[in-house]
Amino acid sequence: MTKNTPILEIKNLQASINENEILKNLELTINKGEIHAIMGTNGSGKSTLSKVLAGHPAYTVTGGEILYEGNSILDLEPEERSHLGIFLAFQYPIEIPGVSNEDFLYLSYNSKLKSLGEPEISPIEFFTIISEKLKLVEMSPTFLSRNVNEGFSGGEKKRNEILQMLLLDSKLSILDETDSGLDIDALKIISKGIGSFMCEDKAIILITHYQRLLDYVKPDFIHVMQNGKIIKTGTAELAKELEQKGYEWLKVKE
Amino acid sequence: MTNQSNKTLNTNIKKLVNQPYKYGFSTNVEKETFEKGLNENVIRLISEKKNEPEFLLNFRLKAYKKWKEMKCPEWAQLKFSESNYQDIIYYSAPKSKKKLNSLDEVDPEILKTFEKLGISLTEQKRLTNVAVDAVFDSVSIGTTFKEELAEYGVIFSSISEAVHDYPDLIEKYLGTVIPIGDNYFTALNSAVFTDGSFCYIPKGVKCPLDLSTYFRINDQNSGQFERTLIIAEEDSQVSYLEGCTAPQYDENQLHAAVVELIALENASIKYSTVQNWYAGNEEGKGGILNFVTKRGLCIGKNSKISWTQVETGSSITWKYPGCVLIGDNSQGEFYSVALTNNYQQTDTGSKMIHVGKNTRSRIVSKGISAGNSKNTYRGLVTVNRKAIGARNYSQCDSLLIGNSSNANTFPFISIQNSTSKIEHEASTSKIGEEQIFYFLQRGISLEEAVSLIISGFCSEVFTELPLEFSAEADKLLSLKLEGSIG
Repeated sequence: MTKNTPILEIKNLQASINENEILKNLELTINKGEIHAIMGTNGSGKSTLSKVLAGHPAYTVTGGEILYEGNSILDLEPEERSHLGIFLAFQYPIEIPGVSNEDFLYLSYNSKLKSLGEPEISPIEFFTIISEKLKLVEMSPTFLSRNVNEGFSGGEKKRNEILQMLLLDSKLSILDETDSGLDIDALKIISKGIGSFMCEDKAIILITHYQRLLDYVKPDFIHVMQNGKIIKTGTAELAKELEQKGYEWLKVKE
Repeated sequence: MTNQSNKTLNTNIKKLVNQPYKYGFSTNVEKETFEKGLNENVIRLISEKKNEPEFLLNFRLKAYKKWKEMKCPEWAQLKFSESNYQDIIYYSAPKSKKKLNSLDEVDPEILKTFEKLGISLTEQKRLTNVAVDAVFDSVSIGTTFKEELAEYGVIFSSISEAVHDYPDLIEKYLGTVIPIGDNYFTALNSAVFTDGSFCYIPKGVKCPLDLSTYFRINDQNSGQFERTLIIAEEDSQVSYLEGCTAPQYDENQLHAAVVELIALENASIKYSTVQNWYAGNEEGKGGILNFVTKRGLCIGKNSKISWTQVETGSSITWKYPGCVLIGDNSQGEFYSVALTNNYQQTDTGSKMIHVGKNTRSRIVSKGISAGNSKNTYRGLVTVNRKAIGARNYSQCDSLLIGNSSNANTFPFISIQNSTSKIEHEASTSKIGEEQIFYFLQRGISLEEAVSLIISGFCSEVFTELPLEFSAEADKLLSLKLEGSIG
């Protein structure tokens, strides 16, 4: 049974950047098959959490533990975490001039195969795979020949992130404000992509400010972050309550 | 970027850039060298050694006189201490007992050296689609496919041989594109050049093979002064490539070359360089001082000269391959990738001189600087009064890696008529930590990420290289940068 098998266990996590502590004794457990939404005001530490999980070199973990499928990942390099199935959809996807999206995605896909000890595939086989994924996010194949994120609209960048998630078939996907800056049509496309992707041995963390995305992707749990830790956890109802009342009513006195 | 992440970035960059130089070995051969130092007598000795006709000795002596009156140029963005010209050996050649009949009779040590460099000269193993002239210190060791080329009337030999076999052609063309007094280093080269390549493509012939010269500096104290002359007669075509490497020594060594190209009506010359001289160590000690003058003369109508260079070696590079576009509708091109690392300094670019009507030129320059290096593009586009309808397009892109490297662009443009159309574009970008993190998060290793970014950055230039060499150039760059990015 996959039910109640934890994929991610964060225990008493403390992390800092330039000696400023951002995450303070954060606790969070996510089981396979679950979608968790993390909400909270700007600067509450949501994006820091996503970067720390992905292993960004600018952040230092000063205490606590992160277990992924039961094993600590604190000593793993970002690419090793990626190979294990951890995916971060960036809030601000990076532009890479001179590198075509196709080359980038092909290299990424083959790197994953290589890490699994599987034979790498040819560009032609890859084209078949990527073509199907492109349909899921309603993107035209012409977009493969464009440079990675260069000159993409906000919506295209976010769809490109979801495309990569689908391609790499990650087990734990962290979507950092993937809904911000999207019009309603793009939001629907992305939600559909996420919906078709999710299954009982995957887990998703949605970092968001708005209820809007949660209308399309139903979370099992909602956490509210403030000042580097989770101050409240609830069901989907909590998001609606937050939308009405704002974060103020939850604020813990410092 | 944060301090902490800077640290990570820089250590990773160091790891990647500080790849040992593969070609740093030296070969032990019995050699014949002159005493160190430069004077009229040394020049007479070189000329005598090569049994040169009198016009050439006079050419050398005139150049020497000129050189003595000149000063080392100081306008480039380069810091170096000038060579002590009395401390250089001007002639160093492997001893050979008799005249060689075939390449198979060359000293096996030397053949092995070239083999190690990936250049096979012996009949069984040599490249089948490229004719090679191999130059070792001051002399040419031999040229492959000479007879096969001769069937087409193509002359490809060392310049020393050409001086004997075709003195009229040499006398007619030598020094006509680049006058001996053009600059300090051309004067020096004209006085003391010892070898180099000579190519002559007769009227109407498309050269059936790519021609190539491989320059190897071996001796520790000698300078290399080579001279290349390529003449493409009417309606002919040729593609030429040169490669260069040198052993790893602590002292700087001087390399001052002169290359002259002449394209007659409807002729086309494509000249490609992959320069990988020893670049000095991580602290900037040693390495080749590379002062090169290359110029092509598009003298005939509709002629075309195209320069492509991949400059990765040398501690100092000073080089501005150019085209003088005299024939109406003639075309000049310059495609360059210059990569600098550690304490390397490069000041390179192109000169396009428009004289004829409707002449066109194109400059695409890509500079990559890592470590503490300095990478400068310097270009000159001149459109004369009579060059009606001339067009130039220049593009200069710089890519910075790490926080201590430096890139400059100095495009000079001088236009004397209002019918010309000149475009210049420039950009500077940086491989940043966030870009690299994006690759890593997608499971792509640091090395692969960097090599993908670099090949993307350089692709416009690499596509101009002959096929066999574009893959090699790509590899060369990632090798040079290995350990340099984080």
